[in-house]
Amino acid sequence: MESIFFLIVAAVAVLSSILVVTCKNPINSALSLVMTFFCLATLYVTLDAPFMAVTQVMVYAGAIMVLIVFVIMLLNIRVEAVKRGSHAVFAGGAIGLFLLFQTVWFLGRGTLSGATGTMDRAQVVKVGHIELIGKALFTDFLLPFEITSILLLAAIVGAVILAKRKI
Amino acid sequence: MLALNNYLILSAILFSIGTIGVLVRRNAIVIFMCIELMLNAVNLTLISFSHYLGSIDGQVFVFFIMTVAAAEAAVGLALMIAFYKNRESIDVEDVNMLKL
Repeated sequence: MESIFFLIVAAVAVLSSILVVTCKNPINSALSLVMTFFCLATLYVTLDAPFMAVTQVMVYAGAIMVLIVFVIMLLNIRVEAVKRGSHAVFAGGAIGLFLLFQTVWFLGRGTLSGATGTMDRAQVVKVGHIELIGKALFTDFLLPFEITSILLLAAIVGAVILAKRKI
Repeated sequence: MLALNNYLILSAILFSIGTIGVLVRRNAIVIFMCIELMLNAVNLTLISFSHYLGSIDGQVFVFFIMTVAAAEAAVGLALMIAFYKNRESIDVEDVNMLKL
């Protein structure tokens, strides 16, 4: 049952991500990308990470994709007139397929090792996923968290300066 | 329970499709969306490792990746708007102003 569900969701994710690459109209690509994000959120739920699924839908499918669709409509981009030459398509496809082959080959030879922690489904249900993440984020990862705020500040200032006509 | 490799192979497929998109397409916004796709493939890898190793750290990394993606979206789209103002196009073949 679980594997059938996984197969369906994975097939939809792969198909919609292929549509992202092949669609001529950028709006269609953006909508297929939203579909991929929803499929990934579904997989996060099956991996016992419900809060990450919610964040995925809110941040990616909500904020970032709305921003991208907004820019596509603002710039009024026409459908791509000239396709890239067949050499470039062939080279790009070959590199991508080689990357896939390499990764799958390594995955087939590898095994999962390393220190395992104590988090499991029972603990996620008992303590709560948000509490677990919040505890890790504000104790072990406090410095990266603070640095992230500086990164966001720099991004805000940079976006305003780049998009403004005259400062 | 499903094997870890199912998730990792799905993530590898998504990452490769994103790579092909970055290499093949010419529209800068579509290239941008393919980069988001690659970041999401990495997120899936991190969350599945976090689940199978029983540690919450991978999910915290996903938070930081999401933050970086949001910052990247803001700055990247502002760059595209600035470029479109200059050249009336967002085709990556037109990005050649630094060429001699």
